[in-house]
Amino acid sequence: MTIAIKSSDVSRRGVLAGLGAGGMIFCLTLGTDGVRLLSEAQASAMANAPVTPWVRIAPDGTITILSAGAEMGQGSMTNLPMIVAEEMDADWSRVAIEMAPADAGVYGYLFNNNIRMMAIVGSRATMLYYNQLRIAGAQVRKVLLLNAAERWAVDVATLRTEPSLVINPANGQKLTYGEIAAFGKVPAPLPSVDAKELKSRKDWRLIGKGVPRRDTPLKVNGTAIFGVDIRLPDMVYATTLHSPVHNSAPERWNDAQVKAMPGVLATVRLTNGVAVVAERFEQALAAAGALKVDWQKGTAAGFNSEEALNRDYVKIHHDPNAPTQAVHTAGDAKAAFAGAAKVHTAEFRSDFGYHAQMEPLNAVARFNDAGDRIEIWEGTQAPDISRTAVAKAFGFKEEQVTHHQCYLGGGFGRRNGGYEAVEAAQIARAVRRPVKLIWTRTEDLAQGRFRPQSYQCLEAAIDASGKVAGWKHCVIGDGGTALLTGGMRIAYYGVPNQLLELRGISHGVQVKHWRAVAHVFNVFAIESFIDQMAVDANMDPIAFRFERMGATPKARRCFETVARMCDWRAARPQGRALGLSISERSGSLGAGVVEISLDRQSGKIKVHKVWVAVDGGIIVSPDPAKANIESAIIYGLSSVLHERVTLKDGVVEQSNFHDYNLMRMSDLPDEMHVEFVDVDTRPTGLGEIGNPFLAAAISNAFHRLTGKRLRHMPFTPERVLEVLKA
Amino acid sequence: MLSFTLNGRQVSVDAASNTPLLWVIRDHVGLTGTKYGCGAGLCGACTVHVDGKAVRACQTPMSEVSAKTVVTIEGLSPNASHPLQKAWVALEVPQCGYCQSGQIMKAAELLASNPRPNRAQIVAHMDGNICRCGTYHRIIAAVEQASREG
Repeated sequence: MTIAIKSSDVSRRGVLAGLGAGGMIFCLTLGTDGVRLLSEAQASAMANAPVTPWVRIAPDGTITILSAGAEMGQGSMTNLPMIVAEEMDADWSRVAIEMAPADAGVYGYLFNNNIRMMAIVGSRATMLYYNQLRIAGAQVRKVLLLNAAERWAVDVATLRTEPSLVINPANGQKLTYGEIAAFGKVPAPLPSVDAKELKSRKDWRLIGKGVPRRDTPLKVNGTAIFGVDIRLPDMVYATTLHSPVHNSAPERWNDAQVKAMPGVLATVRLTNGVAVVAERFEQALAAAGALKVDWQKGTAAGFNSEEALNRDYVKIHHDPNAPTQAVHTAGDAKAAFAGAAKVHTAEFRSDFGYHAQMEPLNAVARFNDAGDRIEIWEGTQAPDISRTAVAKAFGFKEEQVTHHQCYLGGGFGRRNGGYEAVEAAQIARAVRRPVKLIWTRTEDLAQGRFRPQSYQCLEAAIDASGKVAGWKHCVIGDGGTALLTGGMRIAYYGVPNQLLELRGISHGVQVKHWRAVAHVFNVFAIESFIDQMAVDANMDPIAFRFERMGATPKARRCFETVARMCDWRAARPQGRALGLSISERSGSLGAGVVEISLDRQSGKIKVHKVWVAVDGGIIVSPDPAKANIESAIIYGLSSVLHERVTLKDGVVEQSNFHDYNLMRMSDLPDEMHVEFVDVDTRPTGLGEIGNPFLAAAISNAFHRLTGKRLRHMPFTPERVLEVLKA
Repeated sequence: MLSFTLNGRQVSVDAASNTPLLWVIRDHVGLTGTKYGCGAGLCGACTVHVDGKAVRACQTPMSEVSAKTVVTIEGLSPNASHPLQKAWVALEVPQCGYCQSGQIMKAAELLASNPRPNRAQIVAHMDGNICRCGTYHRIIAAVEQASREG
């Protein structure tokens, strides 16, 4: 069954004008089985709203494909249209890419078989669009073939395609896709395409090989436009001061004094902050610096993060009456522990983490003169969520909000709530001029939406044969199931009896998704704990995982691959050691090994080499795929070795890159090696798989080197020295 | 009015003398390739050349720029033809790309004074420029390639 098309920002007239007479338009509609293309005539018959073009072929041969892949450096903007182009058999050099409008009902992927989303989060873009886009591309190709067959009066089954070309092998006749577009008709309904009709892997020209990213040339000459770069006529500038204690409303501020400063046009009350608006950004900055605000009591008032982690969480762990939420159970964990030959226990901690995306949060907003339509410009992981949030904030219908997607100066889970878009819109409405809102770095950090801190408590029951027969894992923290439980499931091991639990607490601090979020601290705990048991059993860590943890065939392949890559059993130079770990994320599985050394005077850990073997299904674009994993390794190393956010009396203690330490070039490992396990399964997420394994790998290498275990991340030099002394 | 040379063009702006060069370049003049990252000279996203020397535009008041020559990423070369820009494209260095203008300007300063830097020299020179996407190893490789082919 097909449902009606929703409106879009691209009017039919505009599209036709762009094509000239005779071009072909493939519209988009939604079926219960996913995205489907249909003809413009069919689309028009179904709904009165303007049609939504997905693929346009102009008579000059230009093929325009919309991309719903928010581009934050991972390559999705190019990757998604490439999948369409593959099945179309399009000449990639003739393909132009446009960003899709913010309309999840039309352009969204189907998530959990029930909702449509455009949010590029959780490494979903390629994974969730892959099948839908291949079928769409194949439908376009089929229509082009049908048109050529009709023109030549031959059986369509005798024809074949080359890039942007239909060929009749019987007589050598050829028609380009552009020529077909000049006379062709898009039939209604479009011919359906069965999954069996898709190209076989050996015939791929683009998938599995990849194409250069279209955004790269724009990012070496300053022409890529990020949200922060938008300039509109008559635009003014705004910046903010938010409540130092999260989520406090402003009571009063030195309004007259601030407004008297050069260039200042207005101050605007926000839910949890004050915005200053000026003719120039430097004036807004100066004025924000002079703001003195009295705040109401915030939700995080009095919160002390270290005290909570070291005292309150432990109390919760030992409290038999603490509210507990089951995350997953398997078999009979209770019985496994009752009958255990040996029980292991361990606890691990992890601090709050900040995204530190290089482009501070920002948004540009403009109302029309009547005040009933608004435009937003920003780079966001989720234009659909922004649009909905802005509409809701003003009681508008979504049609009243137009969202212009820009490049993102990093996302990592930070850029997908629509918060800044709403603030920019509120400020624009107050001053009745277009506004560019930019948060300062200090605001971006102090108002972070952090990866939660957590306390991990694990227990394992070893049976008489030495196998891990029972497994208990309880995570304690603030962030609920969404932010605390990812990565707890150890489906890549065969432990029969399991009890996974969450014990929640609320601090009133803003927390959010962060590159692989909970996998970071859960995998740290799980894989360090397994190493601890392997050491106790006097076994090789890989052998222990195979023989005592029941590693699945998929996990074995990853371990075997990475063991070969790093020559696992070979001796290392004096003062160096290897550590191993594995994690799952977004359907992918990755086993990794690090080689480290330690400066025992300073407590500084140096990671010299990193090897990762990833099963990510079919690798659609190998170079960006590798770049994603390399990126996650650096992101992960930075967080494991350096990064911590702490709060005292409810206030974030760090304020910029001098006290929130990011990894610099001099800390770069000497070598990083990434390999993909060759499989024929559908693509899974790759944006985060390179990150979560690192903490345990480093901790396990540290244990080999020192006989001591790091149980609290990040492993800052001060903490390392404490552990060495203990 | 403050006057200086920007990418070979004489410009005059009506800005206070303590205004950071960054906002003059981005907002007064309208060249947005130079980025705001931290506002405190800690990340290098705003790196530009003043009289050939790489500086942090967010920490450079206009009073220090008067009558000087400023080059931004837009003025580094015509048609992105600088060996560094070509190497950056060839090796697909950028990910999100936000820090890359600053990275390239910082690297260009190095090659101007040391056309054949070794890895240690590259790292020492570039260590103040943060890349949150972690493209450091590709940056090193691209500087090496530009050095060989430039």
